[in-house]
Amino acid sequence: MNQNYVQFTEEMKRTHTILIPNMLPIHFRLVKRILENDGYKVVLLETTGPHIAETGQKYVHNDTCYPAILVIGQMLDALFSGKYDPKKCALMLFQTGGGCRASNYVSLMRKALVNAGMPYVPVIPLSLAGIEKHPGFSNSIPMYYRMAYGVLYGDLMMALANQVRPYEKEHGAADALCARWTEKLVGELSSKAIRYGRVKKNYDAIVRDFAAIPREKRQAVRVGIVGEIYVKFSPLGNNGLEKFLESEGAEVVMPGLLDFFNYSVYNGIMDYKLYPKTHSRWSYLIHKTAFRFLLGKQKDMIEAIRREGTFRPMTPFAHTLSLTKDFIGYGTKMGEGWLLSAEMLELCDSGVPNIVCTQPFGCLPNHICGKGMMKPIKEAIPGANIVAIDYDPGTSAVNQENRLKLMLSAAREALEESGNQT
Amino acid sequence: MPLNQNATSARNPNELLSLGADVGSTTAKIAVLRGDEIIYTTYERHYSLIRETLVKMLEDARSVLGDAPFSAAISGSAGLGLAEGAGIPFVQEVWATGEVVKKLDHDVASVIELGGEDAKIIFFKGGTDERMNGTCAGGTGAFIDQMASLLDVTPDELDELALRHKKIYPIASRCGVFAKSDVQPLLNQGASKEDIAASVYQAVVNQTVAGLAQGRKIEGRVMFLGGPLSFCKGLRERFVETLHLSEENAVFPDYARNAVSLGAALYSRRVMTIDPKELCTIDSMIEKIQNAKIRATSSRTAPLFHNREEYETFSARHAKASVPRADLGSYRGRAYLGIDCGSTTTKLAVVGENRELLYTYYASNRGNPVEIVRSELEKIYALCPEGVTFSGSAVTGYGEDLIRHAFGVDEGLVETVAHYTAAKTFMPEVDFILDIGGQDIKCFHIKNGAVDRIMLNEACSSGCGSFIETFARSMHLTAAQFAERALFAEAPVNLGSRCTVFMNSQVKQSQKDGATVEDISAGLSLSVVKNAIYKVIRAHSPDELGQHIVVQGGTFYNDAVLRAFEREIGRDVVRPDIAGLMGAYGAALYAKSRAEGRRGAGEEDRSSLITPEALASFTHTSRTATCQGCENHCLLTINTFPGGRRFISGNKCEKGAGQTRVSADVPNLHAFKRDLLLAEAPSEIPDEVGPRGTIGLPLTLGMYELLPLWAALFRSLGFTPVISGMSTKEIYERGQFSIPSDTACYPAKIMHGHIEKLVDMGVGAIFYPRMTWNLDEHASDNHYNCPVVAYYSELLRGNMDSLKKTTFLYPYLSPDSEAELAEGLWREFRPRCRDMKKADVRKAVRAGFENLNRYAAAVRAEGERAVRWARERHMPIMILAGRPYHADAEIGHGIDKLAASLGFAVVSEDSVYHLAKTPDDVRVLNQWTYHSRLYRAAAWAVQNPDAQLVQLVSFGCGVDAITTDEVKRILENGGKYYTQLKIDEIANLGAVKIRLRSLAAVL
Repeated sequence: MNQNYVQFTEEMKRTHTILIPNMLPIHFRLVKRILENDGYKVVLLETTGPHIAETGQKYVHNDTCYPAILVIGQMLDALFSGKYDPKKCALMLFQTGGGCRASNYVSLMRKALVNAGMPYVPVIPLSLAGIEKHPGFSNSIPMYYRMAYGVLYGDLMMALANQVRPYEKEHGAADALCARWTEKLVGELSSKAIRYGRVKKNYDAIVRDFAAIPREKRQAVRVGIVGEIYVKFSPLGNNGLEKFLESEGAEVVMPGLLDFFNYSVYNGIMDYKLYPKTHSRWSYLIHKTAFRFLLGKQKDMIEAIRREGTFRPMTPFAHTLSLTKDFIGYGTKMGEGWLLSAEMLELCDSGVPNIVCTQPFGCLPNHICGKGMMKPIKEAIPGANIVAIDYDPGTSAVNQENRLKLMLSAAREALEESGNQT
Repeated sequence: MPLNQNATSARNPNELLSLGADVGSTTAKIAVLRGDEIIYTTYERHYSLIRETLVKMLEDARSVLGDAPFSAAISGSAGLGLAEGAGIPFVQEVWATGEVVKKLDHDVASVIELGGEDAKIIFFKGGTDERMNGTCAGGTGAFIDQMASLLDVTPDELDELALRHKKIYPIASRCGVFAKSDVQPLLNQGASKEDIAASVYQAVVNQTVAGLAQGRKIEGRVMFLGGPLSFCKGLRERFVETLHLSEENAVFPDYARNAVSLGAALYSRRVMTIDPKELCTIDSMIEKIQNAKIRATSSRTAPLFHNREEYETFSARHAKASVPRADLGSYRGRAYLGIDCGSTTTKLAVVGENRELLYTYYASNRGNPVEIVRSELEKIYALCPEGVTFSGSAVTGYGEDLIRHAFGVDEGLVETVAHYTAAKTFMPEVDFILDIGGQDIKCFHIKNGAVDRIMLNEACSSGCGSFIETFARSMHLTAAQFAERALFAEAPVNLGSRCTVFMNSQVKQSQKDGATVEDISAGLSLSVVKNAIYKVIRAHSPDELGQHIVVQGGTFYNDAVLRAFEREIGRDVVRPDIAGLMGAYGAALYAKSRAEGRRGAGEEDRSSLITPEALASFTHTSRTATCQGCENHCLLTINTFPGGRRFISGNKCEKGAGQTRVSADVPNLHAFKRDLLLAEAPSEIPDEVGPRGTIGLPLTLGMYELLPLWAALFRSLGFTPVISGMSTKEIYERGQFSIPSDTACYPAKIMHGHIEKLVDMGVGAIFYPRMTWNLDEHASDNHYNCPVVAYYSELLRGNMDSLKKTTFLYPYLSPDSEAELAEGLWREFRPRCRDMKKADVRKAVRAGFENLNRYAAAVRAEGERAVRWARERHMPIMILAGRPYHADAEIGHGIDKLAASLGFAVVSEDSVYHLAKTPDDVRVLNQWTYHSRLYRAAAWAVQNPDAQLVQLVSFGCGVDAITTDEVKRILENGGKYYTQLKIDEIANLGAVKIRLRSLAAVL
């Protein structure tokens, strides 16, 4: 590992603004506010437009994955925009590790900064494996703890909003409710101690509030979205896929971000199970504890939704995990790895066989866990209606929309047929 | 649900009218139904004037519809936005096809439909499944058009040619750009157009079968629909033959072309009620279409020129870069001939004693450069008065060898040298030359009066001149007219720069958004330029290019391209007025200087160029053959000239040409490794096998380097390991149909064929483990495999039905520790082999590693020997670096032999990386075993003046997007050249040759 990186010093905490690329609107607004409450100046970049990919293409090897081109393009575009003083900016990137090339985003960002003539801009990788030292940024457990709650709340609101939006009588009601709750939750998350009792009460209140939004009584076609984490979630990455599907009258089902954490933690367990001689039992036990903790948190959230009774809760991760068994191994873990196949199976299992599998053009793990699993999944589940969509700076939106429409046509017919039967 | 819901109407359902419009990427079709009877169908090319065409076609349909009300729906990729804007129901085209077929022909098991830009397949039996091609796919009407224009024939002529073929060549089918690089060399080698035409069709078939069906068998009654399949008989023939369809099972209905529009008409009856207010009439539908607001999705940029003055100043500045000219008819004295036989065009230049141009020629090869050069020479000789003598001649470009042999040309030279020679005369201090031709982008730096770093475009970034030209032609404009339109375009469209295929669909999209020809022309110019700067050169600032830039190549005749380039880099450049002839001009100047040298040395002052007399009786025939010289089995073209002189082209080495120039003892580590690996285990089941039977090892990806480990390990356990042998094209095709992801790398995709081969052999089990980690060489932050090497077996298990016929062993194993490996194997084998003991496994692992270490030591020793050998003879050393599996004969395309024949001692990254430490400043996460060797090999190249590193990169390798930039940085910081060769299913050795020769020339 190259040790020559620019540190984010303690002084910078006062002087510098941290730019964060947006991946998941609801979650990241929460995370932003949590960081602000910790005393950082934070800007969440929600810029869009073709110039972002263009800037990215100038500074990143064009065969690199699309998310890298977009995220780096968005960062540089912001630094070039004149809105911020580059000398008073730091960049924060969420970094996963592992054998996927995505683990190189931070290195690529730094290379791009050098080539753009701004080598002095510090890049802070936000990763659970905090290998780098940035004195001004406390990679502390309490902060991650707060962020974990941010993710939980984010998943809950995302799941509920998706189930309300296509049916809401007053347009924008679900989004407005998300914004209101975000404000409220941030205040609570900033306090040093988070009382779990309070969190559970919030769950109930959130579910109640969403259930109270006036909705039309009908069943729209449900479409699940899975894929590489950035293009799956980010509207910039997937050309506003969620909006498009909703404009076509579909209800979007988006497996939550928590599943990705569950997956990452579970991989820590599997490492020891598969490779006991080269992995420590100690790390195994930590991962196991963390996994149990996360499952518990998810369970409480699911129960809150069940108690209220209006909405479909997310699938318990343990069940998702069990569905995968005959399809792909739990040791196949680079990028989204087996989780990608698991999410497709989970969607089919929970009555959402219409699936968009999103991936950056040429995504390595998705060759195997996405496109590579479609045949066995379709064979095992005849109703599975999966379309693979590649995202890339060059693909035309019409091309993508046309393929999505094909999937939607089949989905609508299946829905009609099932309606006729009952 | 009943198709005709409005049958409940009081009116007779059989009288109800419905209309379907299908607006595809190139044509529009309309169908009208009365009840279920088809009463009217029509189609027309729309040249992107969608609204106008559709309105006109509706006017025409008045003849059957009059003022009667009808239900209507629109379908097709170009109809999407229109339908939305007009408020007319839209139906997805594949869906529409399904509707029609279900109604009209119940027995059909599957439908194959090819459109302008889409290919579709629908399976009806055993669960309806509808599929469309992915983003990166050829095999469509546009692809056929593109290939026809490459052969300089109309699509109809292409079809006629195909029916007369004798032979099919393998042509990469996955994308038009790739196919081009397969077709071009075939053309240049003189393969017959009949055979190429049929091969193009076969490529379409292969793409459909492999890319769309992906392992699902196409059988039973198959219906063929869409434009290309309704008029290309040759294409039908190829489909029927490939799918082994009997006559009754191949259905080509009359409505093939109009199927989607019929489907749309059927659909309209479902969604429109019988309320006359909701129904359309011709008038109301035309009104709706004319008033439709189409949402714009394409983005725009600033104009190239703001006003005419700006353009005039620009033109005046460039007019200064011109060469003196004179008339050949009135010239007396010595003359020199230069020929540039490029991939698509042939250029000739004759210069006089004072470098004046006496004659020029520039035109498309039309697939037969020999004939072109012959007829031009004839013209030149006819024009030449008494008193003109040819003192020298030279040829450069792809066809160099062929033309040189055919006409006795004195010299052959590398293109880069030819271009530099020419550029110097316009700007002596030139330090950067950019050449954008029809197919290629070449650029090179000039340092200390010699060609320095060279960059060429890759197959996938060939957004070049020919694209603009083809596009202009499709708009019924000449290239010059098209270019002129761009100059004052108000809002050039932003078309991206990925590749021509992507660009094509961006153009179509912008047209639908109402972009004018002007805006598109300007947009294309910008794209070509951006492609060159950001993809090929990978520059971040103009200073990285140079201070004194000469731009050339036919594409730069286009003022819009020139302006776009100057604007993008923010600097003025020189464009010679013979931009497209620079190679030929440079070759002529080179011939001149060589002739002057000969005269100076007192040698005979005469060119060896064919005499007018000999030219009169010149003949040329060509035939093809397969070389049996080695496992590459190159497809050869044997050209025969007068007197039985032969020239053989198409071979990767010099062997087939019957001139074994490479002596066997030039070290070639790739060949050395191949021999060692093939000796590790038999390639077929031997007569005597071990007590536990045979175990098949597919020889590609991660199996390559670890073969010695697995072979010895399994032998120790009582198995007989059997390998699938070297890859071949035939192996690839054998497994092609089960590949689910077309954009994965070739070494991965070829794995399917290796598996098929092993299954057919009847091995007891097949082994390809899942390996997150590789060997730990303690020289990097981690020692991962790339995701594809690590987990490809998951994909194989899910997609290859033939694996069900055997036992597939794909345990998670980790070779980074002996104990771990033993543990993993034990876990896998304990339940399978009850009599196996853990101690046996441990012993086997030990034996495996011993064998692997022996192999690695042998490779390193040979690497060191190669270096010594080269130094004793003062030969340059080439590190042909990549992954272990790039040593494969098919995957590496014999580039190792080519390099050896060019005078390099060839070593591999794994034979020299141990000689250097990992550089301290690797700026990327250095976490993959194979890739970390590249950085060390690069460091070794930097330390050794006589070593050059050439990196082999598999197309679609995501990890190499990271390693290439880093290897390049390490080399260039150390003052070395960086050369990258992208390889895939295609092998355009012509381009590779130019690159390696240029590299040899700069040393």
